[in-house]
Amino acid sequence: MKAVVLGGTSGMGRAIAQKLVERGDSVFLLGFPEADLEKSAADLKARHAKGETAKYAVLDLEKPEGFAAALDAADKALDDFDTMIVTAAMFATPEQMEDNIELLRRLVTVNYANTVVFCEHVKKRLLARGGGKLTVFSSVAGERGRKPVGVYGSSKAGLSIYLEALDHKHNAQGLDVLCVKPGFVKTGMTAGLKPPPFAGEPDQVARDVLAAMDAKKPVLYTPFMWALVMFIIRLLPRFVMRKINF
Amino acid sequence: MEGREILSENLERVTPGTVLMRGLGRSYGDSSLPAHPEDKVVATRLANRIIAFDPSTGVLRGEAGVSLVELNRSFLPRGWFTPVTPGTKYVTLGGMVASDVHGKNHHVAGCFGAHVRALKMRLADDSIVECGPDAEPELFWATVGGMGLTGHVLEVEFKMDKVTSPWIWRESTRVRDLGEYLDALNAAAPRWPMTVGWIDCVCKGSGMGRGILDAGRWATREEAGDALPKGGLSIKFPVDLPGWAVNDFTVGLFNTAYYWKQFESRITGLATSNQFFYPLDGILEWNRGYGKRGFTQYQCVIPRRAGVHAVTEFMQLLTKLGGASPLSVIKDCGPEGKGLLSFPLEGTSVAVDMVVTPELQKIVDRLNEFVIEVGGRIYLTKDRFTRPEHFRAMEPRLPAFLAAREKYDPERKLRSAQSVRLFGDKA
Repeated sequence: MKAVVLGGTSGMGRAIAQKLVERGDSVFLLGFPEADLEKSAADLKARHAKGETAKYAVLDLEKPEGFAAALDAADKALDDFDTMIVTAAMFATPEQMEDNIELLRRLVTVNYANTVVFCEHVKKRLLARGGGKLTVFSSVAGERGRKPVGVYGSSKAGLSIYLEALDHKHNAQGLDVLCVKPGFVKTGMTAGLKPPPFAGEPDQVARDVLAAMDAKKPVLYTPFMWALVMFIIRLLPRFVMRKINF
Repeated sequence: MEGREILSENLERVTPGTVLMRGLGRSYGDSSLPAHPEDKVVATRLANRIIAFDPSTGVLRGEAGVSLVELNRSFLPRGWFTPVTPGTKYVTLGGMVASDVHGKNHHVAGCFGAHVRALKMRLADDSIVECGPDAEPELFWATVGGMGLTGHVLEVEFKMDKVTSPWIWRESTRVRDLGEYLDALNAAAPRWPMTVGWIDCVCKGSGMGRGILDAGRWATREEAGDALPKGGLSIKFPVDLPGWAVNDFTVGLFNTAYYWKQFESRITGLATSNQFFYPLDGILEWNRGYGKRGFTQYQCVIPRRAGVHAVTEFMQLLTKLGGASPLSVIKDCGPEGKGLLSFPLEGTSVAVDMVVTPELQKIVDRLNEFVIEVGGRIYLTKDRFTRPEHFRAMEPRLPAFLAAREKYDPERKLRSAQSVRLFGDKA
């Protein structure tokens, strides 16, 4: 596998990149800042089953003008990548966005509009070379309008629908789209929030994601308990959702 | 203990002003717990990048949160292994330094600290320093085995061992009683680089100390063949058993089954590193078998100079007091290391699981009195119940450690539930 990981320097993206190199796959990192990419590249080289060097390029989801050049760099380093994994996104609590409407605008733009634009760039490249894998992290927060993750959830809901349509449209052409819906995972993104029951660890999520990619699944809930949790949440009537703070 | 971890990939950013660092939080005692719910404790497990690895020398530098699970997964297939591993792989480099862990090869390799070449640390005054056996040796040796009380370990540099294959060549010997067990352990030490054993300390009378001695070495390429060990199955302990589930009767049954799982008196053959080093890691969350009361461990070392009879007396005392532990792990230790509070000294180490009951404090007190009498000591990583006066009595090196703390943390900013209990730090 020749995989590009956008967001591979931290959290679940880091865990996935580490697992990929441990099993011998080639990895290219996208993200920022450069110092962080450099450190992660050194980590991946040390862990690589064949001692391969991981290369990287700076990409900021807030700057769509840089997408093409970063993807060119990835293609050059990997001699045309066949797999794209996107874990990067923004997170903020409703309280933070209440006082900072600019933060809200940035979050919605990054998580929905710019991620979709990025996926369109990737889609074109993969389809031109006969298909490939596109794995994108959405969230269980996109399943229902919930008080603590309203805006964030709505950005992920849009992303999930986009990925679903992408799968419907291009699956026959060899594009394997995987929409990952993690539940609460203990990473830097959720640091400071109180972990609910069934909170997962990045390593566990990475294992699930690679298995789902290999099995060409279109949707993955991880850790698995969140599939059941969200099934119930989707069934709750509106008057209950108005009462609870989940 | 209530409290919230500070979780971050960037330890340098989050450590200023924090009072304690923890890895995976698996210590049996209270050394990784905050003294007060408001205390700021940094968890390192997201800071798991390997900074550098040199395949020509085996020197590896990693962030404090790199775990042995990851190192084994990534490096063992390529022929590298940590020079020392404890009995679990769910441990981080930072924790291995703070506990100065020992393993089945202690009689030949010493503790982990003996293989560490450098540490990058955040000190109590928020400065960042690099130390090692040659640079700031006082800080270094106080930190090795110092339970996180001299500063936060940010990075660890040590030398990995080149191994001949990813398999272990193991010899398991069934022994009938404690005397035979200790003889077999002594006889195995010069012949095998790794030894450990399990004995039954519930069985009374002539069968006391019946058990199994495991000896091993890395298998050669010829013995191992080319196959890589599989990851193996991990089973999760499904429920919390009720509190009464662990009692003398069930423990007796378990021990009899464990003893007779090996019908032949001696078995030799290949074992995976997981089977040999980490038998308990195969059952995730096995601690739930002890129920909601929880459990702790008691581990002490009886010095060789106290004589073999001291070990026998200790085991008799343990049986009499009735800690109801399925298995005791007995292992010989080599010479004392340089870590100021490092646990092992030349002698015999005994580790037992103990269910937390109202009587436990009395049991630990009685065991500690015996350990003080024979000149032994306890392992802080496992300890939650030792009284400060008992610890002082068994630790002649304590003044040197306290002097290092005075020098590097005069205001005692760094503290844990354990340091409040044993060293009288302010909670």
